[in-house]
Amino acid sequence: MHAVAAPASLDTLHADVSRRKLLDRLFVMVGLIVLFSALLVLVVLFLDLVREGAPKLTLDFLSSFPSRKAERAGILSAWVGTSLIMLVTACVAMPVGVAAAIYLEEYAPKNWFTAVIEINVTNLAGVPSIIYGLLALGLFVYQFELGQTIVAAGLTLALLILPIVIVATREAIRAVPRAIREAAYALGATRWEVTAHHVLPYSLGGILTGMIIGLSRAIGETAPLITIGALSFIAFLPQSPFTGEFPFLSFAWLKDAFTAMPIQMFNWVSRPDPAFQVNAAAAGAILLGMTLLMNGIAIYVRYRYRKKINW
Amino acid sequence: MPAATRPPPQDSRSDALAAAPFPTEKGRSTPHVAIEPPVRAAADAAVPIKARAESLSFYYGSVRALNSLDIEIRERQVTALIGPSGCGKSTFLRCFNRMHDLTPNTRYEGRILLMPDGIDLVANGVDPIEVRMRIGMVFQKPNPFPKSIFENVAYGLRVRGMRGKARLDEAVEQALRGAALWDEVKDRLDESGLSLSGGQQQRLCIARALATNPEILLFDEPTSALDPIATARIEELIAELRDKVTVIIVTHNMQQAARVSDYTAFMYLGELIEFDETSKFFTNPSKKATEDYITGRYG
Repeated sequence: MHAVAAPASLDTLHADVSRRKLLDRLFVMVGLIVLFSALLVLVVLFLDLVREGAPKLTLDFLSSFPSRKAERAGILSAWVGTSLIMLVTACVAMPVGVAAAIYLEEYAPKNWFTAVIEINVTNLAGVPSIIYGLLALGLFVYQFELGQTIVAAGLTLALLILPIVIVATREAIRAVPRAIREAAYALGATRWEVTAHHVLPYSLGGILTGMIIGLSRAIGETAPLITIGALSFIAFLPQSPFTGEFPFLSFAWLKDAFTAMPIQMFNWVSRPDPAFQVNAAAAGAILLGMTLLMNGIAIYVRYRYRKKINW
Repeated sequence: MPAATRPPPQDSRSDALAAAPFPTEKGRSTPHVAIEPPVRAAADAAVPIKARAESLSFYYGSVRALNSLDIEIRERQVTALIGPSGCGKSTFLRCFNRMHDLTPNTRYEGRILLMPDGIDLVANGVDPIEVRMRIGMVFQKPNPFPKSIFENVAYGLRVRGMRGKARLDEAVEQALRGAALWDEVKDRLDESGLSLSGGQQQRLCIARALATNPEILLFDEPTSALDPIATARIEELIAELRDKVTVIIVTHNMQQAARVSDYTAFMYLGELIEFDETSKFFTNPSKKATEDYITGRYG
């Protein structure tokens, strides 16, 4: 009984607890300060872009082609180009990334070979984007003779975000409890049935979130597009994907030249005329807005699926 | 070998044909049946065998988890597997529907013959999917799919290719009635299975397994996550199920084994120590280890 400390008086107990809890409160304060300074920088940046670009934030700006005269210049070809590139990127990265993740998670045997693949997929997420640009220049533009086109740009960015999509999808798939898989297997389901009827539907929220986060990374990428030779001045639109004749859809736009939002911005920023800085700020505000919007959608999607499925 | 099939001694030679339509063991002619050692009481022998494990061993990698088990599972009876944690009772149960095939580096040795056709459930050439189509399972924690109550029960039927609303409706209702859940959920079949209470979820899982009309239904500690009231309902249900399906239940709870089962097997360190009718097992165990366990001296 000697080892046990004598019972403390209530006063010393209070003092002791409040002294130890001081550290708790201190950490909360540090955390909040760090968090708010990071957020503040973003907010200030965004407001500054909006303020500077305010005179150009009009519908005319969205519906005008670039021009040598700053006041007449717009971002029509840039946002149309960006949208079409994102469409190609999503259509390629989604199926390929999800299929790769399903294979790695549900089908692949666990051996050194799949371990090497896994490590490499994770490493690919850290490869500088300009390297992807160089790869795409050699492979898509010259080897496959796709030229400096929307499809080449879309494929490049799809490659770039593929690791993000794969990693996010694997995490979403892994979050499906083993018990659910066992329940389906125990009823006689095949591996494909378990994947298609259960694992994929239940992890769709996480998969879509990963996809959108990947796309919002891709939307701001400039270096790989410049590397494959995006034009910075385009005063025409790609061919319309909709046609008046059967089958009403056309894919000719895939082979059209393009420009994109960040390239248009880069072009304007590098001009000496200060009037163009206003254009650049306005384009920057719109690009940032697009990114925030996509992230917002990702958060909403995740929230909705979480509400529907809680294990 | 059911006693009823044994021909009377006087015409065992002349009337061998009479016994032929009945299932007989491979390679054994009828006259020999008479000298088969009488393993069990007469009442016992009248119950046909549904499955028989023959020197079944199971390995996780190089670790042997089950050591040469021999056991006979009687048709439409409840067989309970008891024993301390880690004794291999769940491992044994999961051999019956080949759940271990989902884990890499596992290996079965020996056989589990499913009667009457004598298919070896753990043979390499037998597809685990096929096995699981015939043998259902209810797990330790209720694991309904995050789908509607209806879809939960219908899933096994859909996998088996059942289509048509009328047929599915009927089968789902029948399964839910079989699991004593119909009255509680009949007005909310489109609600999520996860909206039910724990006990209801477990009965939903039983209905899901029953819908596919399994030959054997495996229960892996089905009440360990439930409160006493929900446990009592599941136990009642298992007692009723005996009329329709052969049940094997793993349980931690000896009282539960005594309450719901007809036969009880005691396992220890991957071996089958004792197997007998439940009434004899608990009142008059033949092995010292069994007696020590059921009287609470270890485990």
